[in-house]
Amino acid sequence: MQYQSPASIEEAVAALASIGGARVLAGGTDLLVQLRSGTASPAAVIDVKNIAALRAITETADGFRIGAAVCGAEITDHAALVAAWPGVAEAAGLIGSTQVQGRASLGGNVCNASPAADTTPALIAARAVAEIVGPNGRRSIPVEQIATGPGKTSLAEGEIVVSFLLPRRPARSADAYLRLIPRTEMDIAVAGAGVNLTLDADGTIADARVGIGAVAPTALVLDAAPGILVGTKCDEATLAKLAEAAGAAARPIDDKRGTVDYRRKVVGVLAKRAALIAYERAKGAR
Amino acid sequence: MTYEPKNLRVVGTRPIRHDGADKVTGRANYASDFTLPGMLWGRVLRSPHAHAKVISINTDKAIALPGVKAVITGADLVLPDAGITQAGESAINTQHLAKNLLARDKVFYDGHPVAAVAAISDAIAQQALGLIEVEYEVLPHVIDVDDAVKDDAPLLHDDIFTEGVEPRPEKPSNIAKRIVVAKGDVAKGFAEADFVIERTYTSKPVHQGYIEPQGVVANYAEDGQAMVWCSSQGQFLIRDLCANMLGLETSSLKVIPAEIGGGFGGKTTVYLEPLALMLSKASGRPVKMAMTRGEVLRATGPTSGGSYTTKIGAMKDGTIVAAEVVLKFQAGAFPGSPVGAAVMFCSAPYDIPNLSITGYDVVVNLPKIHAYRAPGAPNGAFAFETVLDELARELKMDPIDFRAKNSAVEGSKSPYGPTHGPLGGIECLSSAKNHPHYKANLGPNQGRGVASGFWINIGGQSAATVVVNRDGTIALVEGCPDIGGTRASLAMMCAEVLGIAAEKVRPSIVDTTAIAFNDVTGGSRVTFATGIAVVQATEDAVRQMRERAAKMWDIDVEQVGWRDGAAQELNGNRSLTIAQIAQKAAKTGGQIMGHASINASGAGPSLTTHLCDVEVDRETGKVTILRYTTFQDAGKAVHPSYVEGQMQGGAAQGIGWALNEEYIHDAQGRLENPGFLDYRMPVASDLPMIDAVIIEVPNPNHPFGVRGVGEAPIVPPLAAIANAIYDATGVRMRDLPFSPPKVLAALEAAEKAKG
Repeated sequence: MQYQSPASIEEAVAALASIGGARVLAGGTDLLVQLRSGTASPAAVIDVKNIAALRAITETADGFRIGAAVCGAEITDHAALVAAWPGVAEAAGLIGSTQVQGRASLGGNVCNASPAADTTPALIAARAVAEIVGPNGRRSIPVEQIATGPGKTSLAEGEIVVSFLLPRRPARSADAYLRLIPRTEMDIAVAGAGVNLTLDADGTIADARVGIGAVAPTALVLDAAPGILVGTKCDEATLAKLAEAAGAAARPIDDKRGTVDYRRKVVGVLAKRAALIAYERAKGAR
Repeated sequence: MTYEPKNLRVVGTRPIRHDGADKVTGRANYASDFTLPGMLWGRVLRSPHAHAKVISINTDKAIALPGVKAVITGADLVLPDAGITQAGESAINTQHLAKNLLARDKVFYDGHPVAAVAAISDAIAQQALGLIEVEYEVLPHVIDVDDAVKDDAPLLHDDIFTEGVEPRPEKPSNIAKRIVVAKGDVAKGFAEADFVIERTYTSKPVHQGYIEPQGVVANYAEDGQAMVWCSSQGQFLIRDLCANMLGLETSSLKVIPAEIGGGFGGKTTVYLEPLALMLSKASGRPVKMAMTRGEVLRATGPTSGGSYTTKIGAMKDGTIVAAEVVLKFQAGAFPGSPVGAAVMFCSAPYDIPNLSITGYDVVVNLPKIHAYRAPGAPNGAFAFETVLDELARELKMDPIDFRAKNSAVEGSKSPYGPTHGPLGGIECLSSAKNHPHYKANLGPNQGRGVASGFWINIGGQSAATVVVNRDGTIALVEGCPDIGGTRASLAMMCAEVLGIAAEKVRPSIVDTTAIAFNDVTGGSRVTFATGIAVVQATEDAVRQMRERAAKMWDIDVEQVGWRDGAAQELNGNRSLTIAQIAQKAAKTGGQIMGHASINASGAGPSLTTHLCDVEVDRETGKVTILRYTTFQDAGKAVHPSYVEGQMQGGAAQGIGWALNEEYIHDAQGRLENPGFLDYRMPVASDLPMIDAVIIEVPNPNHPFGVRGVGEAPIVPPLAAIANAIYDATGVRMRDLPFSPPKVLAALEAAEKAKG
């Protein structure tokens, strides 16, 4: 197995395109485990941690750009990002444990394409856009279009996600992410829900977007959410409808981590609780 | 040796442990840290089936792979004569052990070894495993204990006829043994009782979860002399089992104990060691083997799951008049579950006049069950202490008062026979009742549970040598691997007898050629039994040093006393320190060394009571442990920090067992969660600080009053948490573990039942 550590995106793309079956290494918290267990045996590993652009969080007129190799701890340490996107930050801060968060990257979490990835529902709710570079140039897609199934992505041969864009926030906006695990850390979500809200001056929800995770082959956009939430003040009846809609949209499986029935219920509970947290945060937001 | 109250200067204090710096800096050498020149890497091929006949094994392609130096199968392991080797609380049947090490005609569980390979690299060894062709005929399997006892259950062994049943059954079955403890007349007791409650419970197998997977380096030389480096709970046990499997004389095999990364009973047997020796013998090179976590979970012995029915009758005044318990335990692939301990100890905190407790040892398609901390007792206490909670509520009695009213005390006859000496059960209960935890307020969806537990503890064979160095420091030589701070506790008892600081005593755990035979570290026996050996060996050294002083002063030894690390002239004011005596040792009769080798009896049982507060999330079923306090009789806490550590560690393991730990199998009987991601032991952030309250009711049979403390703390948590969940929600959880989906389902079922 080859190991390469390119210093630029162009070199990384060239290496990926020239070696069939090469894998991108950022934090390694998924890939190294797969290598050790024998479930992955790529011809080459392309380490992208030495590419400066992939390691930076920058605030621009359009919002935040987060390099794909930025780790969870760097996200949760970034005060301005946490203030603007508390839900995205708390999702990054839930992955694994403190030690894991020092390695695990945002790009890795999304591109590993686990249905249970914690950051994906939060990024979906945030309308994050992934910037992709490949042999044919640069393109951008909504984050929910990256994973196509467990362990599968829409990335073409040689393509690499280089960053995520989080849009600029209107006033009275906030997000929240919740997931259920049987423990408190070092675990994988049985269900997860990210909620992103913008309120009117009187506290009525003007915009809403909800992502749910671990309840289908990929994280899902909860299409029904805006219709349920917008125009309300996040009252109990609204939250009950949201919970029901989340459960109905879920297409979970029975496995060792949870049953279909349990996941449907819990994703609803998490959606309504996350909505309430986002709502309270948005009311207090500038 | 008997207990005498004395003024203590070292025992009862909290010095830094002698092995502490090595462990926190990573310098300590564990099994996998050893390497030898020319060493090969060994790997094990394991059965993918839960139950199958092995039709054929073809190793030709594997042995032909360049770099492969040896391949072995069950045909290479000569079946030893039938026999039993005692390993702490477990008895190891040597023929079953051989069949477990390498399958012969049948595989009995997913992960059962069928062949092993040694090669010049781990990668080649793994590649060679893929070249071994095994033809199986898959058989129906059975894992659930209630299914395994049915007449039409798949039969694991055709030579098991239930022991303990008269007349002997004519047909073989999966029930290896029936064990009964009985006294009085239970039918009469239940007839008299004002309240009778009967409940049935189930639990799943759970693993010890030691951090260090099994590992070994073995070297079998051309002259038939062999060495093994491994981590275990007893280098002498490893030596004897390996010598037995390979047909070696005891003196031909030296076992060197590595530092051990957790055992909890699970490392009182062999898995890799005989295979590594066989591969080394076959290849003529040293062989290293280490399990992956997946192998540990698939193929080393967890403790039993099972099904349990408890019926208890009490009078209106709270007197328990009768108890009837039936315990069915999974034994795994071969007989030998810890059901016997559950039978003897589930009711042992109490004095109950009419008792009938029956246990069944049932073979199923799981790895061979092995010891786990107070083996069997947590399962039994789960099924007993939860019925007590229900009875206390029926009686409208405080659950602590109810337990105290029925407590076994000094002079009461134990269910398993002997009459109790001093016991700390009542003291634990009253300390719990008076603790601020018991009076603290609870919020909505919060509840409090109480449960008690009993563990007998054992004594056994131990040896110790006290070497007096020329500078007055001491080398304490002993043979019991340190799994719970025993280097510190033994060195402290040595220092106490000598009248010097604990830091002046350096304890070493030595190989099998450097000290007399020691039983394993198990049964919470080391601070008790090896402690007695250390005290006797130290007294032997003191006696010799008094003799040397007498010689140096030219007076009678009776005129020489011992105080504060020095010989004291009784009728004068002369004194000689250890160093002064040691420096002259060459001229007064040679170097000074005290020794003792004993078989200790009179271990004192340890009683414990736990208080647990939980909060239940009614929408997700998730249970959070809010507060946890343990009360336990340690007899005498030699090093209180490590006693507290044992109490906290046992509680933590019990909490994991209660909340999320379980073996999950697919329809083919394959383990679905062979890793710590999905075999959910608690992580640090899952637990509150566990408060430990040490009670000291001295054991009369130990010079400092020590009782074993390591095992009792895992006994009460299952019931304490079940009782707390009821207190929080009004729902009784009777099937372990209380994982979020199961708790939510139970809450919803209760809501539905209410209508």
